[in-house]
Amino acid sequence: MSASTAAPPADESTERRSWLSGPAGRNVGLVVALALICVAGVITGGERFADIDNVVTILRAAAVTGVVAIGMTFVIISGGIDLSVGSVLGLTGVWATTVATQTMAEDLHWLVMVVTALAVGVGAGLVNGVIIAYGRVVPFIATLAMLASARGLAEMISNRQTQRVDVAGFTDFFDLDPLGVPMLIWIFALVAVAGWFLLNRTTFGRRTVAVGGNAEAARLAGIKVKRHTLYIYGLSGLAAGIGGVMMLGRTTAGTSTNGVLLELDVIAAVVVGGTLLAGGRGTIVGTVFGVLIFNTLTNIFVINNMSTSAQSVAKGVIIVAAVLLQQRFANRSRST
Amino acid sequence: MPPSGEAAGTTARPPLLRMEGIVKHFPGAKALDGVDLDVLPGEVHCLLGQNGAGKSTLIKVLSGAHQPTAGRILIDDAEVTIGHPVAALAHGVATMYQELDVVDGLTVAENIYLGHELATGGFTQRREVARRTREILRRLGHPEISPHREVGQLPAAGKQIVSMARALSHDARVIVMDEPSAVLDSGEVENLFRVVRELTAQGVAIVYISHRMEEIRAIGDRITVLKDGRTVGRNLPASTPTRELITLMTGRAVEYAFPRRTGVPDDAPVVLDVQGLSLVGAFEDVSLQVRAGEVVGLAGLVGSGRSEILETLFGARKQSAGTVSVSGRRLRPGSVPAAVAAGVGLAPEERKSQGLVLDEAVYRNITLSTFARTAKGGWLDERAERRVARQQAEALDLRPRDVDRAIRTLSGGNQQKAVLARWLVHGCDVLLLDEPTRGVDVGARSELYGLVRALADNGTAVLVVSSEIPEVLGLADRVHVVSDGRVVHQAPAQEIDEHRVLDLVMEGSVA
Ligand SMILES: Nc1ncnc2c1ncn2[C@@H]1O[C@H](COP(=O)(O)OP(=O)(O)OP(=O)(O)O)[C@@H](O)[C@H]1O
Ligand SMILES: [Mg+2]
Repeated sequence: MSASTAAPPADESTERRSWLSGPAGRNVGLVVALALICVAGVITGGERFADIDNVVTILRAAAVTGVVAIGMTFVIISGGIDLSVGSVLGLTGVWATTVATQTMAEDLHWLVMVVTALAVGVGAGLVNGVIIAYGRVVPFIATLAMLASARGLAEMISNRQTQRVDVAGFTDFFDLDPLGVPMLIWIFALVAVAGWFLLNRTTFGRRTVAVGGNAEAARLAGIKVKRHTLYIYGLSGLAAGIGGVMMLGRTTAGTSTNGVLLELDVIAAVVVGGTLLAGGRGTIVGTVFGVLIFNTLTNIFVINNMSTSAQSVAKGVIIVAAVLLQQRFANRSRST
Repeated sequence: MPPSGEAAGTTARPPLLRMEGIVKHFPGAKALDGVDLDVLPGEVHCLLGQNGAGKSTLIKVLSGAHQPTAGRILIDDAEVTIGHPVAALAHGVATMYQELDVVDGLTVAENIYLGHELATGGFTQRREVARRTREILRRLGHPEISPHREVGQLPAAGKQIVSMARALSHDARVIVMDEPSAVLDSGEVENLFRVVRELTAQGVAIVYISHRMEEIRAIGDRITVLKDGRTVGRNLPASTPTRELITLMTGRAVEYAFPRRTGVPDDAPVVLDVQGLSLVGAFEDVSLQVRAGEVVGLAGLVGSGRSEILETLFGARKQSAGTVSVSGRRLRPGSVPAAVAAGVGLAPEERKSQGLVLDEAVYRNITLSTFARTAKGGWLDERAERRVARQQAEALDLRPRDVDRAIRTLSGGNQQKAVLARWLVHGCDVLLLDEPTRGVDVGARSELYGLVRALADNGTAVLVVSSEIPEVLGLADRVHVVSDGRVVHQAPAQEIDEHRVLDLVMEGSVA
């Protein structure tokens, strides 16, 4: 219709939209939460907390969970869940450290171990994806089954023995610390940045949000929802594989117990980071904050010699508190 | 402005409900900017206005879903605060929202009594609930809907009836209906009107929102017109001429007419060719052809299988028999990507559940089927996306123009335009439109009609489903009448009229 009906110009409605409603605003709650925790850390731990070495310790400890959580962010945004990441992580580590793999790695290159782990992770993820997308099994059940099977398989392969990493190239690589920053932290940073680009700048990311926001609308718009779902679980498996390699780098051994209960930490971090469990909305930055919040907290407890039981209680409280804070800020910035 | 005099015969009664100076601001949008409304007992008060004028927002303020920024609400001359939906019900105000608000996983009876379950000591009285549900459904002319049916299995019209039944279950004094007829066909609308007349005879007041003038003529008593969040016409008599109302709504005179048919040359190639298409339980042996530049309409009652036909053509359902070809190439059955790749687009019937990613920005909804095409090697080109979205916003008069806001904050009619815009951006050889003007205001309708015709003139084959028979007849070149899942007749649109269509539909369902 004509302009005489005075449609509000576009900028009139944008002008009052504050920075709070932007993606940055949605993470304000998390920044505040992390800041509060750091203040608590300084008060109780003083020098021991606010020390550059301690910060590195926190980040190093956060790296594995962080990488797996980046993959999980995609899964949850797409409206799914992946309970199998911890088991798959354990399986990839075990598979990469079998005598056969390590012998081959000695002969060829230590990257053989890495490739093996990643392939196993992607494979397990794709199996999840096929069962979910084409078998129409709900993600909770499908990945719960994988959680059990992957762990069992890891035990069978390793015979429940610890398999030391004997390939020198591998351990040497993870001992590197370019610019004084340990390799694990570099990998975490790299994966987070890649994840951010993938989610925000690529068609893959757009599809993920669309499928999670309204799968039927996405399907009717011509998006291949099933195939995309398959890829997403593959991606989560890949993240678990990377996590598995990092775990080997950190502990220099593969055991079938690596990553037990990791899925809980990962999901908690993603959700605290503001990703909707119902799908359709979430951010990588939020997930990184979620991971940091938990690991900083754990660090404070360790510094103060508190029991693991107390840590667990505090974790629960933090989950609720962070989500509440998050909602408070989200509501203020979102139109009702 | 015409005198804001009261309609004859209603002057004596004091208003049942009065809203004064209602203002509602959203972050970044002023939806209401001083609206007055007063409603008398036993009247049907119509609320008119363009898409985005603020009608739904006003009734959400009334129903407690939104809190007004300023203004007063009086019931029986006493000021009330309606803090939440339960408070509205306590004051006797029940609402049927524009967007279907039923819970798919619950049964019909559970939906109707949702929030006010009949229970003794925490146990629901299933039998009593079922009895009352049947009673209400019978009043609405739908004794065939079982109270125990899961609502998710009902078609859109069935859901609308459940939503209506819910409003009736409250013994309300004011019932607000936000575009109830949008999903209903003429028979259903008659049922609705019968119930409305029963209610008003008992002194219940109805606030009725619709973009269809004929309905307002049929049951309206008085009219309030909104424009850009303000009341521009108060308590006008229902006999106010359409032209005058449209001028009030839009601030200018609008020609409400169908675009001229340009005629399809006989040698125009057949683009969409459907042979013997069947889907068990929905439709049978449907064969039709749409040529380049032709608009074909499917007329029929809601539930006659028209939407299912479109969805099957589009691959969203898998046919049990028959073939669909586009430009001579057969489509893989049951594959939407195959249909989209062949140049077919579908604007679906239920925009909220089938059309929109509600939390996403308007431009992302518009480019939902094209973002991969504008992307370069998997990298999104958001600037290009915004640009085409803005072009469409301009062309379709989307309000507000801002394409970065979440589509959830747009009014219903504007959301509908966004869904259409998606396929306009995509550029289709075959465009399937399922109720394209549902919820679209009078002015924008003519524009949409013009647009559809222009697309056809550019060689697109268009297949339209609409429950408004005049719309099908006015817009299409050729009409297929569908009844009970079968095409019972086809004719050039000029050679058939509304009565004939209705007769055919009835015969078809008897046979
Ligand atoms: N939650 C919200 N946040 C921001 N703006 C909103 C929100 N809800 C509605 N609006 C804006 O308020 C205005 C009025 O919308 P409303 O839904 O009341 O229109 P309407 O008259 O019902 O239109 P239609 O005939 O299309 O249903 C629109 O410009 C809309 O974009
Ligand atoms: Mg509305």
